Amino acid sequence: MSTTLEMERSSTQPVVDYEETALTLGLPGVSRAGGWDQQERKRGFSETVHLLDGSSGIEPRGGEDLGDESPDCAASGADRRRASKERVVGWPPVRSHRKNALRGCTYVKVAVDGAPYLRKVDLETYSGYHHLLTALHEMFSCFTIRDRRLVDPVKGTDYVPTYEDKDGDWMLVGDVPWK
Amino acid sequence: MPAGGGWAAMFPDEVWEHVFSFLAADGDRNAVSLVCRGWHSIERRSRRRIFVGNCYAVAPAVAVRRFPNVRVVSIKGKPHFADFNLVPSDWGGRADAWIAAMAEGWPLLEELHLKRMVVTDECLELIARSFKNFRVLALSFCEGVSTAGLAAIAANCRNLRELDLQETVVEENCVHWLSHFPESSTSLVNLSIASLEEDVNLAVLEHLVSRCTNLKTLKLNYAVPLDRLVNLLRRAPQLANLGTGRFTAEYRPELFSKLESAFASCKSMKSLSGICEAVPEYLPAIYPICDGLTSLNLCDAPVNGASLTKLVSRCKNLQRLWVMDVIEDDGLAAVASSCKLLQELRVLPCDPYGADPVSLTEHGLVTVSAGCSMLRSVLYFCRQMTNAALFAVARSSPDLTCFRLCIIDPHTPDYVTQEPLDAGFSAIVESCKDLRRLSVSGLLTDNVFRSVGASADRLEMLSIAFAGDSDAGLHYILSGCKSLRKLEIRDCPFGDKALLANAAKLETMRSLWMSSCFVSLGACRSLAQKMPLLNVEVMDEKKRGGSWDSQPDDCPVEKLYVYRTVAGRRSDTPPCVWTL
Repeated sequence: MSTTLEMERSSTQPVVDYEETALTLGLPGVSRAGGWDQQERKRGFSETVHLLDGSSGIEPRGGEDLGDESPDCAASGADRRRASKERVVGWPPVRSHRKNALRGCTYVKVAVDGAPYLRKVDLETYSGYHHLLTALHEMFSCFTIRDRRLVDPVKGTDYVPTYEDKDGDWMLVGDVPWK
Repeated sequence: MPAGGGWAAMFPDEVWEHVFSFLAADGDRNAVSLVCRGWHSIERRSRRRIFVGNCYAVAPAVAVRRFPNVRVVSIKGKPHFADFNLVPSDWGGRADAWIAAMAEGWPLLEELHLKRMVVTDECLELIARSFKNFRVLALSFCEGVSTAGLAAIAANCRNLRELDLQETVVEENCVHWLSHFPESSTSLVNLSIASLEEDVNLAVLEHLVSRCTNLKTLKLNYAVPLDRLVNLLRRAPQLANLGTGRFTAEYRPELFSKLESAFASCKSMKSLSGICEAVPEYLPAIYPICDGLTSLNLCDAPVNGASLTKLVSRCKNLQRLWVMDVIEDDGLAAVASSCKLLQELRVLPCDPYGADPVSLTEHGLVTVSAGCSMLRSVLYFCRQMTNAALFAVARSSPDLTCFRLCIIDPHTPDYVTQEPLDAGFSAIVESCKDLRRLSVSGLLTDNVFRSVGASADRLEMLSIAFAGDSDAGLHYILSGCKSLRKLEIRDCPFGDKALLANAAKLETMRSLWMSSCFVSLGACRSLAQKMPLLNVEVMDEKKRGGSWDSQPDDCPVEKLYVYRTVAGRRSDTPPCVWTL
């Protein structure tokens, strides 16, 4: 049901080594021992999605990437287990055929590569893509908006808004009509 | 004792009829009709209400012929699991044949209650034409009608008291159907249209509500905005049961105070539902009626727990509370301390597919059970459970009649001990002697079913999913559970042996549903052959028009529905269903 918006680095800029300024990502309260360190710096968005989507019930692609998690990261392990379960027909036994029931579930998670935590936004409160991007700009205020992209003023790298649809594919924001 | 008809001839028929009129329960009337031919004859002519739990259990014409003077009829169609999309959409449950038979045999019919049936506009038009005293149309969980059919009912049923469309899917092709209630129509007592998704003409609705001064129940749909709710409440301050439309709007102090005073003028309000997508700012407008509320349904209000808690804490006389898990354990603790008269609690998941941590755990249930000594009925969705919690519930709520627990992830064990939840559910059935309905979930072995079979003497309906280890589990249930009427099972390793060993039991029950279990076609064929009074239906949605006859005995049966019937095979099975 939930989708995730993610900012993806556009590929034209050279990769800058910013180790000193690197912010680490992870679930709150999860200890970062052992094998995690190797992953953090090089973590691209796909792994970010898996770690953070672990709690949203979406089946991750390539879940094996997280193979060398440390043993005491029980929380993320459990989330991964939940995430890798496919949705079973008619389970849990709740009726949700009505539009109304779905109306409330318009919250999506927004993750920005390099930001220390995610935000959740209610799509219903925005009237269009521009409105949404402006709001996201306010939330992740270290970036500015140019065209339909967020731009990091320090590095000049473009961030392109993408989202994961219900098939698990990453889509560029803006193609589908807002409604 | 006088022989033959002499027994009944002691008194004139009217006297017996008068005596029988004090027997409300169908079971009692059925028993009376078995005493002698005289009583059978008097009873059947004087029966005014019948309940048909399975529309295929008896042929419509037979029912109509036996009870010629029925005024009120209730009929149920599809199996319960149809609510969760497990039953093929074309399975059946059509109301046509029933309504046609009733139109011919019961011209004085007053009330029709249909549940999980396929009703068409033609049915509604036939109803509108055939029954001059028609008063109540209640369609719950039905489908197939459109607002054009509703228009026919509105226009022609002069004395219509109730139009209740609870959870019924309606095709909305006739925008002005409400206008078909004539000006002279003032008899409505119940208008429940919450399942309609499109706009209704609000001016027409307001006028209808104004002139129906006996209106007690009004359930609006999402399309009715908050400001128009004010108008409606002002026109119907006598309402006892209200379902609001959407309860969200930009906060405006003057709208708030109008809403609050509209509620304040409703001195008879007992039940409140709807409150769709409530925003916290407007919830306090409801406070004036909280004290009088006995029933509150907040399942469409995904508001934060704190706001819900504030609202519910004021409802000291609540007997029924339906709410979403966003109320959290803290909210349920407030319920436990404020709502001492609570009898029924339902907690539904706001986000069933997400696994976002919600602070609703087994503790909420335990607290309500401990604090509300009148608790009788529970439906509880959560993500974790312990045997200890279930022991506590069994101890503090021994008078439960309905206990339905749904732990959202299948096979979830006791999260503290990692053990199955057998012990916990066993405690429930052993302690709650009056338990009539039970749904189990979590990690469960065959052992729990041994307890259920042995202890649950009054159990009438049992729902099982993702549980058990072997046929033994099913055998324990079918060889025990003296009062079992309905059994529905999905995704359990139950199979042929238990089914065939307990074939006779199935004739004492209304129905059995098994899907994604280990049942083979051969066993179903044997069962059908052994038990001529059962319809054994196998379903496979991939099969369209292919012949079931040619399938081998070891072919697995994906969906099985067995029910007792005196009507024989039904003639309206779709291609994916085969009656063996």
